[in-house]
Amino acid sequence: MATTAPETFQAPKDIGVDAHGHAHDADHKPAFFARWFMSTNHKDIGTLYLIFAVFTGIIGGAVSGLMRAELAEPGIQYLTLWATWFDGKPAEMNTALHLWNVLITAHGLIMVFFMVMPAMIGGFGNWFVPLMIGAPDMAFPRMNNISFWLTVAGFTSLMLSAFVPGDATGLGAGTGWTVYAPLSTSGSQGPATDFAIFSLHLAGAASIMGAINFITTIFNMRAPGMTLHKMPLFVWSILVTAFLLLLALPVLAAAITMLITDRNFGTTFFDASGGGDPVLYQHLFWFFGHPEVYIMILPGFGMVSQIVSTFSKKPVFGYLGMAYAMVAIGVVGFIVWAHHMYTTGFSENVKIYFTAATMVIAVPTGIKIFSWIATMWGGSLSFKSPLVWAIGFIFLFTVGGVTGVVLANGGIDDNLQDTYYVVAHFHYVLSMGAVFSLFAGFYYWFPKMSGRMHSELLAHIHFWIFFLGVNIIFFPQHFLGAQGMPRRYPDYAPAYEYWNQISSEIGYTTMAVGMLVFFVNIGYTLIAGKKAPDNYWGEGATTLEWTLSSPPPYHQFETLPVIDDKAHH
Amino acid sequence: MIFGEHARSAGRTLKALGLAAALAFAPAALAAAPAATTPAPVVAAPVAPAPVVTTPAVEAPVVALTPAEAARTAIAPGGYVPMKPTAGKGMPIDGGYGFQTQYSPNGDYALWMHDKVLMPLIVVITLFVLALLLWVMFRYRKGRNPVPSKTSHNTLIEIVWTGLPIIILLLVFVPSMKLLGRQYAPAPAKALTVKATGNQWFWTYSYPDNGGFEVISNMLPDEAAIKNGEPPQLAADLRMVVPAGEPIRLQTTGADVIHAFAVPSLWFKLDAVPGRINEKVLFIKEPGVYYGQCSELCGARHGYMPIVVEALPRDKFNAWVMTQSGGAIDGLPKPVEAAPAPAAATSAAAPAPAPSASAAPAA
Repeated sequence: MATTAPETFQAPKDIGVDAHGHAHDADHKPAFFARWFMSTNHKDIGTLYLIFAVFTGIIGGAVSGLMRAELAEPGIQYLTLWATWFDGKPAEMNTALHLWNVLITAHGLIMVFFMVMPAMIGGFGNWFVPLMIGAPDMAFPRMNNISFWLTVAGFTSLMLSAFVPGDATGLGAGTGWTVYAPLSTSGSQGPATDFAIFSLHLAGAASIMGAINFITTIFNMRAPGMTLHKMPLFVWSILVTAFLLLLALPVLAAAITMLITDRNFGTTFFDASGGGDPVLYQHLFWFFGHPEVYIMILPGFGMVSQIVSTFSKKPVFGYLGMAYAMVAIGVVGFIVWAHHMYTTGFSENVKIYFTAATMVIAVPTGIKIFSWIATMWGGSLSFKSPLVWAIGFIFLFTVGGVTGVVLANGGIDDNLQDTYYVVAHFHYVLSMGAVFSLFAGFYYWFPKMSGRMHSELLAHIHFWIFFLGVNIIFFPQHFLGAQGMPRRYPDYAPAYEYWNQISSEIGYTTMAVGMLVFFVNIGYTLIAGKKAPDNYWGEGATTLEWTLSSPPPYHQFETLPVIDDKAHH
Repeated sequence: MIFGEHARSAGRTLKALGLAAALAFAPAALAAAPAATTPAPVVAAPVAPAPVVTTPAVEAPVVALTPAEAARTAIAPGGYVPMKPTAGKGMPIDGGYGFQTQYSPNGDYALWMHDKVLMPLIVVITLFVLALLLWVMFRYRKGRNPVPSKTSHNTLIEIVWTGLPIIILLLVFVPSMKLLGRQYAPAPAKALTVKATGNQWFWTYSYPDNGGFEVISNMLPDEAAIKNGEPPQLAADLRMVVPAGEPIRLQTTGADVIHAFAVPSLWFKLDAVPGRINEKVLFIKEPGVYYGQCSELCGARHGYMPIVVEALPRDKFNAWVMTQSGGAIDGLPKPVEAAPAPAAATSAAAPAPAPSASAAPAA
């Protein structure tokens, strides 16, 4: 079997260390405006995506801070005040409560569409897919640029939605990130929901173009000798993700276009009084929405595989199994969507099928977790910050995964659906899974991207504070959910106060301090970081990006590297 | 070879786990058989029914009722006084971290499945992964293992860690299917029907079998709730009153947007979708006040439309029904239908078992 691990290449002599020798042409950069606003360079676009994701992450994180502040104790503490500032006139109770719905909607949409996806796929995908497959750039550089700026336009549209009426009670779209009909149609008459939907259209179009770009690049621009089965797992993960995007996003586009016509042009796709069905919207949304969950986590799987292998100084264990586990997760991810809708009134057979199909996902996910551990088994582990974040990811993703097995059971979900248990579950998978893999990838590649070494000490401090913080925020939410506290509530019965207070006051504060350390570290690196050598992680780092300078030349691989298939593995 | 050993030991652990799970299911399978008949025992209601039947409050048709019918239509004297909730029953408890105590048979089964099957399983898996991670971090750190091995395949262990999870999932699947089967058991034909309609932002409950009256239920302000001895945020001015100890056909629908009817202590949640009627059996084992909240985002006051279910003994429920305008006892032959009744009465005299058997085909 051609199971050669992806580290087997032979870099041509005239790239990498020698890049500076003829770097004059390769490093010729356009002027500022042309470089950053009309960019066609995959590394520059990747940088733009990462800056964008940090910016939106700050906004989305601040919104969650507002939510945790309000939830710190029972009663409405701040919403009326905030709504008064926001609407510019003394706010009534309903306006304040509508603001709550605007906050939860904004947090969800920002984090999913404008933070995790741009960072994972737009940021790290753009930067490292061409580098890892030995390509000079992406297949369609101008389309790459459109993808980025459409994402920015989408975010702008979402922000604008907060300043126009949502419904009779206040400004902004308060539909939840799922935009369920009829709350999003007859239930939200104002233009804010149209702006929010349009924002999804733009972000979706951007992602579809990005997906086409990645698929084309990966299929056609691999260096000579790099077969699909020798591709680094991060590239595999982006390839699978791109297919999920390509197949899922058009369904979302269709669903939200039907919302637009239901809202504005008198159609009744989701209105029973005109022969439509509100539950149809949920089917369409989750047919996109469940693959979307894997879109957010698969690139993280890829990054963790690279990192675990690098710092174990061992090739990834079960490389083919790892690659095809991702393919399996992608395929099965398309046939489990209705487990998000167990309480909508399905027949027994539907629920049996979706329970069974959902549980199947635990199998490839288990393969991945065990393979990461097996990669470390027998290795020579050096606990640099990326590995620490990756191990944190493996553990926390396991915790989020096992509560997924609980929720998969349709009969159990009858009690947990739409409670804080679900909130805890998906934040363990995303806020800890996806975000931990983002930080792992960030510390792994930031010196490669910036040319300067970050502080390992600060990176470790960041890890420990953040790890404590997010666990204190989200673990008690399992308890709240089991006790019956519903999601999307600004106020609650006093019985829920204890865990909410811990989650808000101890958890969120700790997490926020951890994030401060992160920003200090970025500042330190950019101002005073030591110059990064080409391969600062040493012998374990074997993929092609480590043969290039840090940062890589503006145009790399003008002579393609050749992957030697006779090399050891 | 370390991997082989590890695989074998992991295999033993998981086999033991699987066996344990299988053993754990055995009592459930045994318990399931008698449990299936639980809805029927309504027949055996111990209330001395005979004298009550002729309560003058109703123009009761003079028909001889079977004991079951008599119990079902009895009206407790004294009218209706809203029940005081019991602290900690049917509501969240301060700082609680588990599920609420369950008051329905399906809730008992689901809670058993969660606490005795799923919870041990996920705790063991999580600790197993944690232990492996800690061991690897300790044993294979650079200081202790400077030269990495080059192992990157082991077909056996890959088969094991694919196959074992499949077996574990199949074992979990058994009680999961059983739970679904119980939740979907249809309501007996004679079951009382209650229809809950979600509105922005209150619930209405209508009782088609009791004369079709409707109860409009709004949230009580916190001060009023506390004055009543009820939990703030969860109390309502009027409750959904239902009989305890018998299956209820609960239907939900939405008047404007989607809501969800949810009561955690009854393991019950069903969306209220405009244009659709969803239906599920609700069986409450004992009288009590059970609190729930709307569980589908429905606009500004989503958090302010609580659900309060008050389960009463049948005769007290009937007394409550009679306090509602247009309220009528379900199951009592209506005066217009009195004609065929004597026939039933005569037949009831001799072969006593026959009608009571026909009263119970529900199960």
